[in-house]
Amino acid sequence: MAGLAAPLALAAILLLAGAKSSTLRAPQAPAASAEVKIDNFSFGPAAITVAAGTTVTWANRDDIPHTVVSDDKVFKSKVLDTDEKFSYTFSQPGTYPYFCSVHPKMTGKVIVQ
Amino acid sequence: MADKTKDEILYDHNHDGIDRRGFLKCMAWAGTGTLCVMQGGVMKSFALNRPSDPGPAVAKGELSFVQISDSHMGFNKPANPDVAGTLQAAVDKINGLATPPEFLLHTGDVSHLSRAEQFDNVDQILKSTGKQTFFVPGEHDVLDDDGKQFRERYGKNSKGSGWYSFDQKGVHFVGLVNVMNLKAGGLASLGQEQLEWLEDDVKHLKSSTPIVVFAHIPLWTVYPEWGWGTEDSGQALGYLKKFGSVTVLNGHIHQIMQKVEGNVTFHTAASTAFPQPEPGKAPSPGPMAVPADQLRSYLGITNVNYLQGHQALAVVDSKLG
Repeated sequence: MAGLAAPLALAAILLLAGAKSSTLRAPQAPAASAEVKIDNFSFGPAAITVAAGTTVTWANRDDIPHTVVSDDKVFKSKVLDTDEKFSYTFSQPGTYPYFCSVHPKMTGKVIVQ
Repeated sequence: MADKTKDEILYDHNHDGIDRRGFLKCMAWAGTGTLCVMQGGVMKSFALNRPSDPGPAVAKGELSFVQISDSHMGFNKPANPDVAGTLQAAVDKINGLATPPEFLLHTGDVSHLSRAEQFDNVDQILKSTGKQTFFVPGEHDVLDDDGKQFRERYGKNSKGSGWYSFDQKGVHFVGLVNVMNLKAGGLASLGQEQLEWLEDDVKHLKSSTPIVVFAHIPLWTVYPEWGWGTEDSGQALGYLKKFGSVTVLNGHIHQIMQKVEGNVTFHTAASTAFPQPEPGKAPSPGPMAVPADQLRSYLGITNVNYLQGHQALAVVDSKLG
């Protein structure tokens, strides 16, 4: 029977592999997200810690435009007027300091674990 | 109401051997304009009752020009929902001056979001002065494209990120750019390339040549917590040390401030769009809402006169209303 087991097993594996993933895997949790509010010339919260794969969205609630620019050139938003948003998905762990390139005293950081 | 104290400073400028340093802080918040004049070696400041008429002492100057700043075309929040209207009011004031200016200097933040239609709108409004305007960019003018559009519009003969110089009636004007490459947590900067250009640009000028430097962010440290300063301006001022008269005109802070140090007069202009708080008087330097009927008293233009034989330029601020 050993002679049949291996090819049968192989066939089973191949069959499973070919099957649509949704019928075999548990339903996925939605991708993690986090928000940073920009207001009164500051990022709030100024420092956030998120899991790898999280999408961080910055929303400008200030009455003046701002930008979100990574110190190390990892990400860079266009200028955000009031109520405009910018999102970035952090796939790699690390520390990502950023600032507003229009008002460079405004700084923040994202810690990705 | 803001207090209208006049500061009288005695600064003996023309006598060699007496080299006093003086600090003049003219913060004209409301009411009339302020005239700071060097007469016979003495700096005096006067409050003006009729801002459009600077008084007999400076009415007929050799060279007269106007500085405007921070028009922020495109801004429409409560602090001023009609920045086009207040810019027009500034133009009306310019057109009503007893001595018409030869030209205008705009010390930046022409637009609010660096959009083409915002620049177009400002150009349109300034057209009715019939005068040429020389511009330097503010940080709101170089968004998303590192100032490419700004240089195409206003910096045809400029170098690098948009610096240039020109001469008018014996006065040497230098337009500097200190709103590029702003560093996280830092002050503004001019950068090595621009500083080297400046050193070379003024090297061969006679020390009696009056110099006017204009740039957006203040070239002295007004308030570092809010980024109101330029970290390498000391180097720039070093190249100008030999000159008997240096006038530095800036914007960015949306309020009038003035300082005299040695041969250098520093002046920041009011905005034509909206005021900002005094250093440290608010949690952040954003647009400051004031009662609608007072808005125009916080906005203004600056009239500058160069009188032959007088070393310093006469700088007159006047309110829009």
